[in-house]
Amino acid sequence: MTQVNIKLSKADFQIDGPVKWCAGCGGYPILAAVQKALPEINGVTKENVVFVSGIGCSSRFPYYMETYGFHSLHGRGAVIASGIKAARPDLQVWLTTGDGDSMAIGGNHFIHMIRRNIDINVIIFNNRIYGLTKGQYSPTTRLGSVTKSSPDGTIEQPFEPGELVMGAQGTFFARVIDKEPKGMEEVFIDAANHKGTSIIEVLQNCVIFNDATHEIIVGKDVRDDRVILLKHGEKMIFGRENNKGLVFDGNDLKVVTIGENGVTEKDILVHNKTTRNPFMHYMLARMNYPEFPVAIGVIRSVEQSTYDELLTAQVNNAVENATIRNTTELLNSGKVFEIK
Amino acid sequence: MGKNSKIIEKDEIVIKFAGDSGDGMQLTGTQFSDASASFGNDLLTFPDYPSEIRAPQGTVAGVSGFQVHIGQKEIQTPGDQADVLIALNPAALKTNMKWVKPGATIIIDIDNFDNKHYKKAEYVEDPLSDGSLDEFTVIKAPITSLSRSTVNSLELGIDQKTADKTRNQFVMGLLFWLFNRDVTIGESFINKKFAKKPDLVKVNIAVLHAGYNYAETIEAIATQFHVNPTKTKKGKFRQITGNIATAWGLIAGAEKAGLKLFLGSYPITPASEILHELSGRKHLGVKTFQAEDEIAGICTAIGASFAGCLGATSTSGPGLALKTEAAGLAVITELPLVIVDVQRGGPSTGLPTKTEQSDLMQAIHGRHGESPLPVIAASSPGNCFDFAFTACKIAVEHMTPIILLTDGYLANGTELWKIPDFEKMPSIKAPLVKDNDPNYQPYKRDPEKLNRFWAIPGQEGLQHRVGGLEKLDGKGSVSHDPYNHQVMSNYRAEKVKRIENYIPKQEIYGNCDGGDLLVIGWGGTYGALKSAVNEMREEGYDISLAQFNYICPLPRNTRDVFSKFKKRLVCEINLGQFVDYLRSQYPEFKYEQYNKIQGLPFFISELKTKFKQILEEK
Repeated sequence: MTQVNIKLSKADFQIDGPVKWCAGCGGYPILAAVQKALPEINGVTKENVVFVSGIGCSSRFPYYMETYGFHSLHGRGAVIASGIKAARPDLQVWLTTGDGDSMAIGGNHFIHMIRRNIDINVIIFNNRIYGLTKGQYSPTTRLGSVTKSSPDGTIEQPFEPGELVMGAQGTFFARVIDKEPKGMEEVFIDAANHKGTSIIEVLQNCVIFNDATHEIIVGKDVRDDRVILLKHGEKMIFGRENNKGLVFDGNDLKVVTIGENGVTEKDILVHNKTTRNPFMHYMLARMNYPEFPVAIGVIRSVEQSTYDELLTAQVNNAVENATIRNTTELLNSGKVFEIK
Repeated sequence: MGKNSKIIEKDEIVIKFAGDSGDGMQLTGTQFSDASASFGNDLLTFPDYPSEIRAPQGTVAGVSGFQVHIGQKEIQTPGDQADVLIALNPAALKTNMKWVKPGATIIIDIDNFDNKHYKKAEYVEDPLSDGSLDEFTVIKAPITSLSRSTVNSLELGIDQKTADKTRNQFVMGLLFWLFNRDVTIGESFINKKFAKKPDLVKVNIAVLHAGYNYAETIEAIATQFHVNPTKTKKGKFRQITGNIATAWGLIAGAEKAGLKLFLGSYPITPASEILHELSGRKHLGVKTFQAEDEIAGICTAIGASFAGCLGATSTSGPGLALKTEAAGLAVITELPLVIVDVQRGGPSTGLPTKTEQSDLMQAIHGRHGESPLPVIAASSPGNCFDFAFTACKIAVEHMTPIILLTDGYLANGTELWKIPDFEKMPSIKAPLVKDNDPNYQPYKRDPEKLNRFWAIPGQEGLQHRVGGLEKLDGKGSVSHDPYNHQVMSNYRAEKVKRIENYIPKQEIYGNCDGGDLLVIGWGGTYGALKSAVNEMREEGYDISLAQFNYICPLPRNTRDVFSKFKKRLVCEINLGQFVDYLRSQYPEFKYEQYNKIQGLPFFISELKTKFKQILEEK
């Protein structure tokens, strides 16, 4: 009998039971986008995908996927996932995490996973708040924000996840918006096809504790002027009238208007996600309102050998050239004394 | 033979090598113990090194030592005190004076015994003239100057630093004569070690002979020792440290189980050699992951186990503390995991290079929640192999994390270890599931062992989710049901308890039918306790030993064993952790205790003193 490869669909990755996020949570569209993206990714089957998570609202994700899943410890999803991928490079490993899980309690594992470039696809649900513990500020909460644990406003500079990724020598960084399913799907597919640690920051809404935190940027009325969609090989142009663009003034990026002060379209920078030097990607990742539009899409995607590839190559090479091939030979190797 | 020397036959002899931590004492000691093993002596070695890599030269803080105990009889410990001390400088002599037997032979490098070195060692009086060495045979050998002149006479253009490194061979030559050994054994060691450097072979062999000839010539050494080959051991042996044996036991366990071994680990003294050894064993399919911290070490191992490998992590006390949260995750996800804790002096950084048995309570109880897991302990450098293997077997067959306790003493000590027959070792059968098994449920249990079954990512039709949240009995979905939590907690406890049905009964060394005194020990104190009990028995005392390797659960005949004796004395290198545990498990008995916490193993002499005192008490 010839094997017929039946194409998987979104429904294949949906669980029977209920999904238990708050109504209106940004988690729902992310889940739907992942379930729609998976069938479009080469080589994906229901049984060779593993979803791993730490702790937090984002980390309930594996329970809602009809795949193998591991809901682990706060901050430790990155290392559980690293162990799985290092042990079994044949599996496709995803990590869902939040701003607190990845950059507060799990910060150390987060940067080392990226530095190793181990082939894991990481979705960060960045809602800039601790949701599961009911509303304390997180490492990405904006300076001065009043939260349950900062009644007088926070006094900590927030992280931009992209800056951390570049600092840790990341090879893939993208940003997407939870209410833009098409954009999410495309980026999830790109991330899965990228070899190495792929970090996707989702600007996700927490409807209960930090509702509308991203609306200042992604709100319907303002989005076009405050968001720039980066496409590889295309001019970095944005704006309701498609007349704003990014230039480099020798020191920093600068927003200019085409047709004003002698600026023409020719002057606008072209996005190159594959530049090895992360300098431009770093600047793009840290752009923020009100000075700049917030960049979405794939900001960085460069090829580099992965930890799991190199480890597998070392093991295969050693096995191939082994003179000691099993425990018995090991036990009898080297200096053995015969006492009669 | 150049002179008329007297040869004394000895059953056993203890040699201590001491010098600066850069002097290569470990290497010299190893070379001597290799030579003894190839001669057929039983032996045990123990290094004694400072936590500073290179403390200031010539100071007491920088003294590094290596003790070798060789014998015709069975050797169980590195020996309380040395018969022969080699001290390459005054600091080495000062540090080790309390560890030499009365009348011992002390070999010093007289070239280093000057005012400059006395000052560094903080000697007020010249130890060579103040009478403190009167009761010893002191051999004042010009080791440095004779090594240098021997090297220079060959005119090979060897620099002084390299020339000074040959001093070890001078010491070896001297010992070869002193122990009436064939000097060609030393030559073949040098030939192998410097195979690619012919000039170094020449100078080292020349210095070896210089040391030998010096010992033969001078009148100061009138006595040679002779230790005959052992009669108690037959077969194929090798020298092995506890750490290497542990690493190999994990390799053996994985092979028996048909699984790939994965070690996630963060370097820590005295456990790092396990990581080193396994990282060099990729040719056996072993994967190692040097993690960014202890937590990542255990978590990568848990991830690997979830993915179908045999996950293991190695550490010492402070690292185990960091791993405890993740150990709880392995408990609730019921995945196989071997956690090796090479205990050292604590708390905190404590005595990082010294031995202790003070992590027992942490191993048994040190987790949040009701979080039972089995704990076993190795009791000799060689049987670290057996217990690492057993840890794999229990972890895999019972689907549980397990803690294997060794200690700094076992980890760094070596013994002459009989090479086991891997084929004859017990099987390890993982409770795997067939693809598309329609009856598979993540938390369905084996009715006997109560383990759940192991479905591995990549297997068709067995997709499931594990995690830290409590799971519904059987089905394995998240459950906050109060009654279910009780059921699952009981299962987890009972699963560990039932391991007692799969481990051997506790043995008694001595009178199996009971008697006056049962000495109780666990783990790494075995050699000292057995030697002390043995000597007492030879002296006619009614004394026996129960040395525990299975700590949690305890062997099922433990109560029976304890009930046979009039007195029970629990001896440990801590302030009384096992004895407290026994008091909680078997409160019906009265326990005496003997505790020592100095970073040192037990000495036979102190144990015998305590045993006699207990036996005399009414």
